[in-house]
Amino acid sequence: MSESAFSMTGGRVSFDGKPVLQGIDLTVSSGEVVALLGANGSGKSTLVRALLGLTPLSGGRTLLYGVPPAKFRDWWRIGYVPQRLQVGGGVPATVREVVASGRIARQSRLRRTSTTDRSAVAQALEAVRLTGRANDPVQSLSGGQQQRVLIARALAGEPDTYVMDEPTAGVDAETQQLLADTLSGLVLSGKTVVLVAHELGPLEPIITRGVLIREGRVVHDGPPPRPEGECARPGHDHQHAHAVESVAGPLTGWQGEPR
Amino acid sequence: MIIELLQEQLFQLALVAALLVGLCAPAVGTFIVQRRLALLGDGIGHVALTGVALGFLTGTTPVLTAVIVSIIGAVAIELVRARGRTSGDVALALLFYGGIAGGVMLMAIAPGGSNAKLNSYLFGAIASVTPEDIWVIAALAVAVIGIVVVFGRELFVLCQDEEMARASGLPVRFLSLLIAVTAALTVVIAMRVVGLLLVSALMVIPVATSQQLTRGFRTTMGLAMLFGVLASVGGLLASTFSTKVPPGAAIVLLALAGFVLALGVGKFVRRGRTQESSVTDRPQLRVEEVA
Repeated sequence: MSESAFSMTGGRVSFDGKPVLQGIDLTVSSGEVVALLGANGSGKSTLVRALLGLTPLSGGRTLLYGVPPAKFRDWWRIGYVPQRLQVGGGVPATVREVVASGRIARQSRLRRTSTTDRSAVAQALEAVRLTGRANDPVQSLSGGQQQRVLIARALAGEPDTYVMDEPTAGVDAETQQLLADTLSGLVLSGKTVVLVAHELGPLEPIITRGVLIREGRVVHDGPPPRPEGECARPGHDHQHAHAVESVAGPLTGWQGEPR
Repeated sequence: MIIELLQEQLFQLALVAALLVGLCAPAVGTFIVQRRLALLGDGIGHVALTGVALGFLTGTTPVLTAVIVSIIGAVAIELVRARGRTSGDVALALLFYGGIAGGVMLMAIAPGGSNAKLNSYLFGAIASVTPEDIWVIAALAVAVIGIVVVFGRELFVLCQDEEMARASGLPVRFLSLLIAVTAALTVVIAMRVVGLLLVSALMVIPVATSQQLTRGFRTTMGLAMLFGVLASVGGLLASTFSTKVPPGAAIVLLALAGFVLALGVGKFVRRGRTQESSVTDRPQLRVEEVA
């Protein structure tokens, strides 16, 4: 449990001279379920990409399982779910083909697809309930279903750590619930999860730690925000950003009474 | 008649060349189209002309110099693309114009160069293929197919989602260069058959045709290779029966006719498919509602 999946110290990123991350210290231990929260443009997506080494740091350093991203070799330990499907071009690809590509870090160049690969892909498809659509082109699926394909792609790789960039953004309630169920299964089996979210929704019960980002800085790191009062009512629609704004006050505001 | 033809050495050579080109160009083309680089082949083709002319100028085999120059060109194009700046677009255009103009200029001052020679490389001259050409084409074709077989899985991930490829630890820069180099080899293979100006057509049209009828990446590639072979062999036959028909143009027009046909057939296939999937979707939805 003491092993840390991610460890960033003084992480800085700037785009064209504009600072996006301004000195982030963040360590994620194995088995944690961390939600990176923040308003649009707060830098949370950049933080996720920097943790994976997809965006280079302009200052500070970050480690993946104790190794800098450039020297990291055990990529099979990481399952990345990007924000949306980036279907490369005009050539169709079936749901199964895309999900199977999640095995790539576990496959060696000259070895053919094994039965282990195939059964992992089948299980991943089943987990997101897309087995029936496995042979359909990804491009023909709805937005929520495409999001499920990306989740299945990460599941297929059977990683230790899942990194999800806004897995719940713009998807239907059914997919959100499906994601929550899938994630709780993963958490029970000791997997680590880092996810970016605007709204926690049905994911809220499984989050163990909330990290709030504002203007490229960590402004809160601790227990996740719990909905209170009116907002705790079932079916309450989180349109407003109080979870983010309440932090303007003292940090006790996360769980304490409203003042 | 075809049996008599098959006994002629000239026709045998042309047929082998057409088959290899028909197989290789769409295989590489599938990755290139998936990566939204459909015009990459055109760009390399333009640059390769300078390579051909350099061969004439220095008295070496034009195919060899074309391989070298088009690989350099392909790597340059990839480096510009990877930088991802808006000026990259213009930089590429400059490279293409330079390639054609340089080729025409060098060809004019080369001792053995003539307009007829220039035309045979620009538009193909399958009838003038020599046994040595075939050996070079065959070796390049084996290299191209080998690359597709060995690296296919990784290239698929790269072309489908570059960020995912990075987050899976794939050697993204190496694979990107590999695709560019493979495309360059394919351009040189196809140069003698369809010509540098139409090379890209054989990389793109069979893929566009195939995807009207398919759902997956693998099947698209397989079918595209079949269409590629049909078009290139068909075009060769057409030009053999009527000497007035230029093979390069015949191959490309045949491929285009196939595309138009597939467009029509594909509409029916898709219509059937949507009805079929809407039927299978319904019971699934009910199960999910209960759960």
